[in-house]
Amino acid sequence: MIEPMANASLLVSLQGVEKSFGAVRALDGVDLEIAAGECVGIVGHNGAGKSTLMHALIGAIAPDAGCIEIGGAQTTAYGAAQAKALGVRCVFQELSLCPNLTVAENARVFHRSLGGFGWRRRAGKLIVDKLDEIFPGHRVAADDLVASLSIGRRQMVEIARAFTVTDQPARLVILDEPTSSLDEHTAGQLLAYIRRAVAQGVSCTLISHILGEVLSATDRIVVMRDGKVVIADAAGNFDRARLIGAMGGVDGRAQADAAGCVASAAEAPAMVRIRPLKQTDGQELVARRGEIVGLAGLAGHGQTALLIAAFDAASRRRAHAEINAPVALVAGDRQSDGVFALWSIAQNIGVRSFHQIKSGLLLSRKRERELAETWRARIKIRTPDVGANILSLSGGNQQKVLFARALGSDAGIVLMDDPMRGVDFGTKLEVYDLVREEAARGRTFLWYTTETEELKNCDRVYVFRNGAIVAHLARDELTEERIIHSSFAGAH
Amino acid sequence: MSSVALPRDNELRRGPDLRRLLRALLPAVSFALVLGAIAYLNPRVISYFGFTLMLNYAVPIALATVAQMFAMTCNDIDLSIGAFVGFVCCVAATYLNAAPLVGVAILLACVAAYAALGALIHLRSLPSIVVTLGMSFVWQGLAILLLPQPGGRAPVWLQTIMGYKPPYVPLPIVAAVIIAAVAWFGLMRTSYGAILRGAGGNATAIHRAGWSMLWARTTLFAFVGLFGVLSALALIGITRSADAHLGDGYTLLSIAGVILGGGEFVGGIVSPIGAVLGALTLTLASTQLLGFLRIPPDWQVAANGIILIIVLAARVAISRKGKA
Repeated sequence: MIEPMANASLLVSLQGVEKSFGAVRALDGVDLEIAAGECVGIVGHNGAGKSTLMHALIGAIAPDAGCIEIGGAQTTAYGAAQAKALGVRCVFQELSLCPNLTVAENARVFHRSLGGFGWRRRAGKLIVDKLDEIFPGHRVAADDLVASLSIGRRQMVEIARAFTVTDQPARLVILDEPTSSLDEHTAGQLLAYIRRAVAQGVSCTLISHILGEVLSATDRIVVMRDGKVVIADAAGNFDRARLIGAMGGVDGRAQADAAGCVASAAEAPAMVRIRPLKQTDGQELVARRGEIVGLAGLAGHGQTALLIAAFDAASRRRAHAEINAPVALVAGDRQSDGVFALWSIAQNIGVRSFHQIKSGLLLSRKRERELAETWRARIKIRTPDVGANILSLSGGNQQKVLFARALGSDAGIVLMDDPMRGVDFGTKLEVYDLVREEAARGRTFLWYTTETEELKNCDRVYVFRNGAIVAHLARDELTEERIIHSSFAGAH
Repeated sequence: MSSVALPRDNELRRGPDLRRLLRALLPAVSFALVLGAIAYLNPRVISYFGFTLMLNYAVPIALATVAQMFAMTCNDIDLSIGAFVGFVCCVAATYLNAAPLVGVAILLACVAAYAALGALIHLRSLPSIVVTLGMSFVWQGLAILLLPQPGGRAPVWLQTIMGYKPPYVPLPIVAAVIIAAVAWFGLMRTSYGAILRGAGGNATAIHRAGWSMLWARTTLFAFVGLFGVLSALALIGITRSADAHLGDGYTLLSIAGVILGGGEFVGGIVSPIGAVLGALTLTLASTQLLGFLRIPPDWQVAANGIILIIVLAARVAISRKGKA
């Protein structure tokens, strides 16, 4: 183990923490130390044990063995209440706001002491002040219903809430994929705030699959694999290649190069031709057979709306759209739009392909299973049994199931609504390969992503701003600067 | 950069807020429409005396609706509220009159029983729809045991309260305002009310923040029991004598009232003011409007249902518009 920064006092110390779920060893003897005023990045594949470790830290699960020390006090029977009293907070990957309450009321839910006369005003001020501090220009009001906020703003509220302080201190804030729904601008604001908070003595733990964030925002990086810490070192001693190498599995695989499939696609027939509703000039989005077309720009600028319009247009005639093949949509918000939580993995895969797995009037469980087994093997869904409930899978593997649902169907056009949110790096690379493979077989992809890096997998990219296309970039003109420039300034 | 984000945000914000406003206004608008129709059909009823007569039964219905609303706050439903009201009416017409202390003890036990039901539903993860359906037979049975034939007598003080004629404003309207204000303050304005509603919105979040879901649900069900008792007392104060089947229609009326008032079956979305308005609307629509329209009694229940469907359809249309 590398010692935490010298001359800083130790806040958290985990020794030999173990946790098993049935036969799965989620944590296999983890040692971890976090100093006061230190930001520790934790990276690892899905199933490496990051989430379990964080749940142990906040007292949501009790380890089978090992001990947890917070603030020097060795706590027996460490639980959620103690963690909260000791100032350990967590921003969960799946949002934990009440959508039917206002922003201020959600702050109240978090702070027991926010009661009594005038609590609403105090709670509102507390949360809005913190939002102002972290995300200047956030445009969230204290009496906004959370349900009426976009997913990005909800995440901003959730993050700000974790940093608010009333009678209980905020000493360690755990951020689990905090930027997964933020655009690059707000993600940058958050990372800058993390540095400021750390400078004031708050400790942070950043779990992120976006390696650039972890490299730039943290002091120390801990790499986990198979329930163990494999390397812990100062962030400065890492680079992307070393991190990927340490995570294992996908050692130094080169970034995608899709140049090969571009030339042939240029003359292929157009599968999608659609104009955004708010487009005032004649610009329209065209995707040809076998093309991967990216939709870029800041989050929430009409990309998702366009995908949904394309999806609707496949079944109903619409003035501005022409869709020439069956369509499948891979949802980004998998909890609300993607998985059928009560169904098995196989049922979740087969739901888009009933005519394939039908026998007579009934669905054939056998064919459904065959379809699921095929895709389990093809995109490596990590499960012992496709008959198991979908929620038994980790987030990344659930997302793979959604890909399998779309790709296993007859859809010639696949719409992807930022599907890689919170998915680990190894899974991403596997899915990129799969998408290119399927495109080469003649499928068309419309791919909205908030990660600029992913656009490198696309043949062409449309940049959106305020619900309209503001730029159209071919693969060789694609640079981060141009996308950012178009997103903000709208220049062609 | 914030200047770039500005126009988009304003556009985004206008939609949901307008929708929220329209939805909040819908119960009031539907109430006004039904009242307007009645005024048009028979202008003479728009008077102190007319309102007192027309809305007499709105008080117990409004109380039952608020009771139902507490159950729906945490995504539960109470199918036994009607039978429960019937049972409490029987208690009020017998014990509460003859042996007030025993009567009060039974009523307190009823509220405690409801709280225990809430705890049971939570602890055993039982569907409330099944538990309360079962309980409805229990309450019904107890009521028939207590009062096999219609009869009994309401305590005089209850009759006096329900017969009171306040100056200028008819009693049912005063009562409705008080009921709505109390429920609104308790559930929408207090800090623990936010926790109770949050329990319906995202139970995991409430649990993670260190609140007891068991306690939240028990509290909500205790309020269901309390308002159920109040509803029955108001009802018996009007009818003066009891019948085990007095509250039979209340289960569905109360659910419809909550929904009409802008509540939802799931998600902790409730509106106490809307619920009371919904109850008033239903009372008017189900008894007075149809009578004035000379719709034969055989068809009144169906006509009542159609009015409900029209109002709910309008609500869905408004929600859709807001989304697009």
